[in-house]
Amino acid sequence: MAVLARSSSPSSLSKLLLRPHSFSSLRSFSSSAADDQRVLTIETSVPFTGHRIEPPSRAVDTTPAEILSFFRDMALMRRMEIAADSLYKAKLIRGFCHLYDGQEAVAVGMEAAITKRDGIITSYRDHCTFLGRGGTLLEAFAELMGRRDGCAKGKGGSMHFYRKEASYYGGHGIVGAQIPLGCGVAFAQKYSKDGSVTFALYGDGAANQGQLFEALNMAALLDLPAILVCENNHYGMGTAEWRAAKSPAYYKRGDYVPGLKVDGMDVLAVKQACIFAKEYALANGPIILEMDTYRYHGHSMSDPGSTYRTRDEISGVRQERDPIERVRKLILSHELASASELKDIEKEVRKEVDDAVAQAKECPMPDPSELFSNVYVKGFGAETFGPDRKEVRSVLP
Amino acid sequence: MATTMALRSFGRRTSIAARGFSSSCETEKAAKDGKPINLFSAINQALHIALDTDPRAYVFGEDVRFGGVFRCTTGLADRFGRSRVFNTPLCEQGIVGFAIGLAAMGNRAIAEIQFADYIYPAFDQIVNEAAKFRYRSGNEFNCGGLTIRTPYGAVGHGGHYHSQSPESFFCHVPGLKVVIPRSPQQAKGLLLSCIRDPNPSIFFEPKWLYRLAVEEVPEHDYMLPLSEAEVIRQGSDITLVGWGAQLSVLEQACVEAAKEGISCELIDLRTLIPWDKETVEASVRKTGKLLISHEAPVTGGFGAEISASIAESCFLRLEAPVARICGLDTPFPLVYEQFYMPTKNKILDAIKATVNY
Repeated sequence: MAVLARSSSPSSLSKLLLRPHSFSSLRSFSSSAADDQRVLTIETSVPFTGHRIEPPSRAVDTTPAEILSFFRDMALMRRMEIAADSLYKAKLIRGFCHLYDGQEAVAVGMEAAITKRDGIITSYRDHCTFLGRGGTLLEAFAELMGRRDGCAKGKGGSMHFYRKEASYYGGHGIVGAQIPLGCGVAFAQKYSKDGSVTFALYGDGAANQGQLFEALNMAALLDLPAILVCENNHYGMGTAEWRAAKSPAYYKRGDYVPGLKVDGMDVLAVKQACIFAKEYALANGPIILEMDTYRYHGHSMSDPGSTYRTRDEISGVRQERDPIERVRKLILSHELASASELKDIEKEVRKEVDDAVAQAKECPMPDPSELFSNVYVKGFGAETFGPDRKEVRSVLP
Repeated sequence: MATTMALRSFGRRTSIAARGFSSSCETEKAAKDGKPINLFSAINQALHIALDTDPRAYVFGEDVRFGGVFRCTTGLADRFGRSRVFNTPLCEQGIVGFAIGLAAMGNRAIAEIQFADYIYPAFDQIVNEAAKFRYRSGNEFNCGGLTIRTPYGAVGHGGHYHSQSPESFFCHVPGLKVVIPRSPQQAKGLLLSCIRDPNPSIFFEPKWLYRLAVEEVPEHDYMLPLSEAEVIRQGSDITLVGWGAQLSVLEQACVEAAKEGISCELIDLRTLIPWDKETVEASVRKTGKLLISHEAPVTGGFGAEISASIAESCFLRLEAPVARICGLDTPFPLVYEQFYMPTKNKILDAIKATVNY
């Protein structure tokens, strides 16, 4: 198939930019669309806004294969979060559980722009980012339920998913603490000169933490390849952004550091922004991305999410801006796959998730000795003393 | 302040009857007009009274306006207005620094840190600014009106960052007061004392007890003395010392030990610094044995200070080494919380081992 030219469309009013002659041959076979690598150029519905920087073009290059993979990945993430919701209500997941549904486009779009050598570090809303980094459903569910086969051996739980081989530096419980860490990782990357960058994700609540500004200043002084990404879902737990921040224009808060505001519900916009940011950061130093996104669930499973926002607002976003529905419409309007094929993908995804949950439920709990392991480097561990002070190691039942 | 003096002398003179459950002489008198309420309601009452009696008292922190994540601040914003009860952004260092400044101007700043696990960004402000203000300014300035309230302790499923007990970090800082209540009636009186005390104080609230602990709490304004430990159960064989939620675990162990003929004396320390050495020493002189229990990890926990101090002052009277049954020296675990915690059985074992030393 002919490679499509990248020039912008004469009719800027149309949301979708489309070359007319290409799709007639691939009407019904999603497999051929899934392998189709011809370039489509699609314009984002919302333009980028820049702070101290010229924003990138709205025309995003992608392929049918990529768009279908976006659909599948986001559907998988959505299903995983819904399954986690049920598991929590069934008390198989204890503790705290912060769900990401609604924000999938950020995780998926970011992955499409970067490699596994680029680092990602994020907050406690980390399940989907973990999947994006190549984590498996089994590892995710097992970790949520505190089992041995979890990605952190069951010792981290929902807020602490890690994956070293994919440069995923994890989820963090303390708000904002991951930002200086991310800048530190970027510093190491600059030393290694391997062309990689780090994305440090945080929320609108964390944007008011002092340590963000400290880290940003250091990153700017040292020209680190650090990209600070504010996932602005407009609520810091129950507090609306305008109540917590004098200036909720988070992309501008870097002041001397340039920033970009992105429609975080549009996976293609996220991809474009991340490609742009990576290029910028490698050449010049830190940049801030503000992803305008939304979470359907409350802050965590203990929060109904409806005491500080109306149900109309939530359903409004679901109807108008849902990331998965947007990609579905894109696929259908470009006839990359049929509606029933997309439904099949969703059924497959659902089955995958159900299988993973069933498998995770069978996983054993960590060995009791894990309570004491990895406090220090192996061999220099903690010893507990029994009540009569003669026992050197306590024996757990 | 005459009330506090009266209560203090009343407490000292009256012998406290051995009761199955925590109480003090102050309650005996006032229990008649008390209504049974839980911990967060008692704290809420104390805050209402504090703001009512002092027009320059302010309550602020994350999410306090709608009532707070544990409902301790319900109704305050409606009653006293948004200039006196307000939300802060998510910035602990900023919250405490701001509170210190407010207190330095003679106001009562009641700052809330949403979970004690998040208090560390504010550690510098508390230790370097609040604790030393009066000292370094030669009494020109002080931030005595500062009270920091924060929920601490295990809750069953809190994991690493919703279960910590950081009280011992602050006990190492002269200039601060650290106060921990064990029950609703105690919490109301102690919190009002902290708020009105002319020194910066940190009030750790046992979050496990917010809904679980229900007690008759008098509705009027009353204060309980700081730096006074309370003997809540008389005994003769061993002295047990604890604070906060751990006391109910200790009490259960006392009851079990009594079945085996061991008579335990249980002391609620209430104020950790400056702590009431006299009461603990008097008790140890009576029993000759001491056991301390707290949720925080054993190494460097406040039990170590009590142990060293008692060893110094009561060395010849001690009949057994001071026992400490505390959390393990690991980060607060996720799934193995029940193994980490100083449970009733661990304490019971230690009581028996110490008594039979």
